[in-house]
Amino acid sequence: MEGTIVKAINYNAYFGDNHVVKDVNIEIPKNNVIAVMGPSGCGKTTFLRGINRMHELIPGATAKGQILLNNEDVMEMHPIFVRLKIGMVFQRPNPFPNLSIYDNVIAGYKLNGIKLPKAEKDRIVEHSLTRVALWNEVKDSLTKKGSFLSGGQQQRLCIARAVAMEPEVLLFDEPTSALDPISTSTVEVLFHELKKNYTLIIVTHNMQQAARVSDKTAFFYVGELVEYDDTKKMFTDPTDIRTQNYITGRFS
Amino acid sequence: MKNKVKYRIGKSSGFQVLTTILAFACVIPLIAILIYIIRAGITKINWNFLTNVEKPVGEIGGGIAHALVGSVLVIFFASIIAIPIGILCGIFLSENRKSRLAYWSRLSVDILQGVPSIVIGIVAYIWLVKPLGYSAISGSIALAIMMLPIIIRSTEETLKMLPDTLREAGFALGMPFHRVVLKIIVPCGISGILSGVMLSVARIAGETAPLLFTAFGYQFLSLNMTKPMETLPHLIFKYAITPYKDWQDLAWGASCILLLWVLLLNIITKLITRKWKVQL
Repeated sequence: MEGTIVKAINYNAYFGDNHVVKDVNIEIPKNNVIAVMGPSGCGKTTFLRGINRMHELIPGATAKGQILLNNEDVMEMHPIFVRLKIGMVFQRPNPFPNLSIYDNVIAGYKLNGIKLPKAEKDRIVEHSLTRVALWNEVKDSLTKKGSFLSGGQQQRLCIARAVAMEPEVLLFDEPTSALDPISTSTVEVLFHELKKNYTLIIVTHNMQQAARVSDKTAFFYVGELVEYDDTKKMFTDPTDIRTQNYITGRFS
Repeated sequence: MKNKVKYRIGKSSGFQVLTTILAFACVIPLIAILIYIIRAGITKINWNFLTNVEKPVGEIGGGIAHALVGSVLVIFFASIIAIPIGILCGIFLSENRKSRLAYWSRLSVDILQGVPSIVIGIVAYIWLVKPLGYSAISGSIALAIMMLPIIIRSTEETLKMLPDTLREAGFALGMPFHRVVLKIIVPCGISGILSGVMLSVARIAGETAPLLFTAFGYQFLSLNMTKPMETLPHLIFKYAITPYKDWQDLAWGASCILLLWVLLLNIITKLITRKWKVQL
């Protein structure tokens, strides 16, 4: 373990009066894959969106507490800087339909008005698409619109778009729940590759997925972080009775 | 049982025939108007008609050049005023769906859409013409007010249809709000926004009432926006109510031109919508 990259201290999130995430304290080690699981409505997605300050975009949403990125409180930083350092991939693939595949990958630069020399752009596009194992599939159709790709390819394009910004942390909000099993396994293989360079936090409904891809697992239940441990320990010898019940499928 | 099913099948096909007939019935008035105006007007259109200005009654060879130029200018300036305001307002309404200001401004836009054009003309008369005198630009302002609701609502409706995930994708890349709107939201909805703009132009091209009190009409070619100017609908109105046969003919010709103009705008709108549609 090279140390902690993200740390939440007494993090609370609300939608209006609705207290969705309650006093979460968690330390996320660098270059690990962290799975966040729990039943629907347990606040796992809200917590994830709190990390890069996407939560507060929803009208009426507020948050309290601290989220530290490399010991710097993201709640004190400007959201734009936070989101440049912490990339995000969503549940449904959402490439920009008005942009080509090429422009989608460098969208973070292009749409933010950052000018890059052509060679540098080419390098970023090839590098990012190679990282997500999409380069060979699309290298001859980079000028086509991103929305012509299949769902799984679109999702990998979205990951490439996040990777292109060279963030430190990548957040995934149920990244495979809209994909077929083959695309899902391609994306899962990717996680193993990506963790060499980034720290991955993945919200998932799918326990098998959590067990397959993650190093550590966090279990959320009604807004609380119930248990957080090594994935192996979590799935073989959970401490909390609620985790045990969830894993054995006694409630969902 | 069999008879019952047969009866229902019969009823269903009867309903289908009825909807087809009624759909066709809607097209009849349009076709009738088109045929009538084109037959009455097309023979009057020639080079002189398009390039000459008004001539005294009895003199042969009067034309509508001054009104054509006037209409283009008045509509051009109306668009310059209405398009930026309309699109920005539409963006505000679609991005701030629940705010109080959005509620009231949406309501005002709906009411504005229902305000009769002659009332807008009178208001423009009181605000602009009374202190400043008749001018083409006051006509443009009156028409711009009429364009606003169409542009605002079509922009708002188009942008509302875009999925929220697109906005989130932009924000997650660290884009500030104005860039998300200008680089993602507007380009994705551009076909809907443009078709709203074109429709609003088509809508005001034939508007006469607001121009009666503002641009007023003028018998010579004028390019001065601060002075009265002739426009096509006003020229039709002026000529059509005269008792002189050759002026009435000019009115038919001008009607035909105006109709073709609006038709063309509508066709262009359809093409734009198809061509620039962003596949989501």
